Amino acid sequence: MSYGKSGGKEYRCRGIVGGYAEGFALLSKEPINLLTIDSNGVVNDHTSMLYGKSVSDAILIFPNAIGSSVGAYRLYALKVNNKAPSGIVCINTADIITASAAAISGIPLVDRVGDAILGELESAYGVGTDTEAGANVNVNLRVSSSVRVRVRVDAYAGIISIVDDYE
Amino acid sequence: MQLSRYEEDALDGKYGDAVALAYRALVAIGNAIEADRLIDVSWAHVSGVNYNTIGDAGLRFLEDISKEGIKVKVKTTLNPMGYDRGRIEPIISDTFIERQERILDAYSRLGVIDIHSCTPYDMDVFPDIPPSGSQVSLAESNAAIYANSVLGLLTNKESAISALASAITGKAPYSNLRVQESRYAKVCIDVRYDIKDELDYGLLGYYAGKLGEECIAFNGIEHDRLTSAYMKALCSALGTSGSTGMFRLQSIDAKERYLFDRSDAMKVKDELSDSDDGDIIVFGSPQLGLDELSGIIDTLNGRRFRKRCMIFCARSVYSKASRLGYVDALERANATVYSGCCACLTPLISRDSVDSVITNSVKAAYYLRSWNKVGVCMRNMRSIIDSESV
Repeated sequence: MSYGKSGGKEYRCRGIVGGYAEGFALLSKEPINLLTIDSNGVVNDHTSMLYGKSVSDAILIFPNAIGSSVGAYRLYALKVNNKAPSGIVCINTADIITASAAAISGIPLVDRVGDAILGELESAYGVGTDTEAGANVNVNLRVSSSVRVRVRVDAYAGIISIVDDYE
Repeated sequence: MQLSRYEEDALDGKYGDAVALAYRALVAIGNAIEADRLIDVSWAHVSGVNYNTIGDAGLRFLEDISKEGIKVKVKTTLNPMGYDRGRIEPIISDTFIERQERILDAYSRLGVIDIHSCTPYDMDVFPDIPPSGSQVSLAESNAAIYANSVLGLLTNKESAISALASAITGKAPYSNLRVQESRYAKVCIDVRYDIKDELDYGLLGYYAGKLGEECIAFNGIEHDRLTSAYMKALCSALGTSGSTGMFRLQSIDAKERYLFDRSDAMKVKDELSDSDDGDIIVFGSPQLGLDELSGIIDTLNGRRFRKRCMIFCARSVYSKASRLGYVDALERANATVYSGCCACLTPLISRDSVDSVITNSVKAAYYLRSWNKVGVCMRNMRSIIDSESV
């Protein structure tokens, strides 16, 4: 982590699809099946921690996409209909579904973010983690919807910055 | 990633916008998965055919890339479409039909083979499968997993766009499951549960997919008990819940191990199903093969379904099943056999007319709930037939 010109905290990551994006961070610590995002940008998967939330204009931060190969078209359709996330951050290595969709849609994409920014966002969002005994799957997170963190993505340089203090 | 002179030119648009877009997608993927180069593939299977899933944006995209007159560079097969052309029901609007047919026209201009199947690994569906060891590019998730795990083909779990890009360019980024040395499991699941039917295999697959491994091993499954129906259930569930592209039935190297027992299976079942019963019965996601169709007829043993029963298969399987008398037998038993489409993401089932569905497919269950927004009751095929036929 370092501090950028505007004083916001900056974090290094890896640029995959170039571009600049800014928006409120929408964080899922679980992978997302992009096909379950409806045409309005709302996540419809009842098993997702973002169930009922809209990805439109957000900086969507999630480990990677899972499930349907057609999820790539879903992301593209959101972009065409102005309902797409303004930028995407894959916490892990960007997957083929997300990378291919971001490339044809022109959505800035970065990946491999460090733990530092995740810790920052989690503490800002007041995220709690419930891990079921004996399994590291089914991690349930509680996200406070009243807190919003604005982040900027520079997918050319591979930098994510937190723009200002939390609302 | 190192590109050849030709590939650089293509990326720069020398061969047209569509080819450039395809290379842009391949380069982004290559950068993400750290491929050092692109390699040739000999078969692509493309998803993103059903108008219900790709919508107007997908339709326009396909019309755009097909208008330049380019053709696919390798043999390319297609996933299911939205409805059965031989059995168009009132729920399918004229607009839907018009848009669906335009999607098919766009693919046709690109020169694809319209098998309309999510089981292109079935010889009855596509007899021209390349030999084991070939590099291919399969988008349909269950097909990619089946191809890697059962047929010995090499593909990553491609996206609709990456497989289309491979079809157009004949190339794919050389990394991950395309590299022989990477095709081993770091994680193994010890199955401590008497897995005995297709539903159990689906529940195991869904659980395993959530572990997030590219290749996963199962210990405790006997190879000779794995029928093609069981493997389809396993592959399709794996493909639904995760990013896994391959499974193995034994693992020497896996250091990380998980137990899968009855309580894990029940947890998955509880997560996916929310109804004790259903208004209609659905068989087929993935589409059923001839063996599964005959299995239903044998299990029925002359009984008839008490409820509407929708069965999905590929068109070529439907033709063969017709000749063998299977279609007649199923229709006499009050079932409807649809071809060229699939239960997964179907426009044929709507919350307006159906509250809940009974199915043996984990993949169908997941998408019927999240996409069609209907309730789901999960049971194995034998139990469904025993309780829902007279």
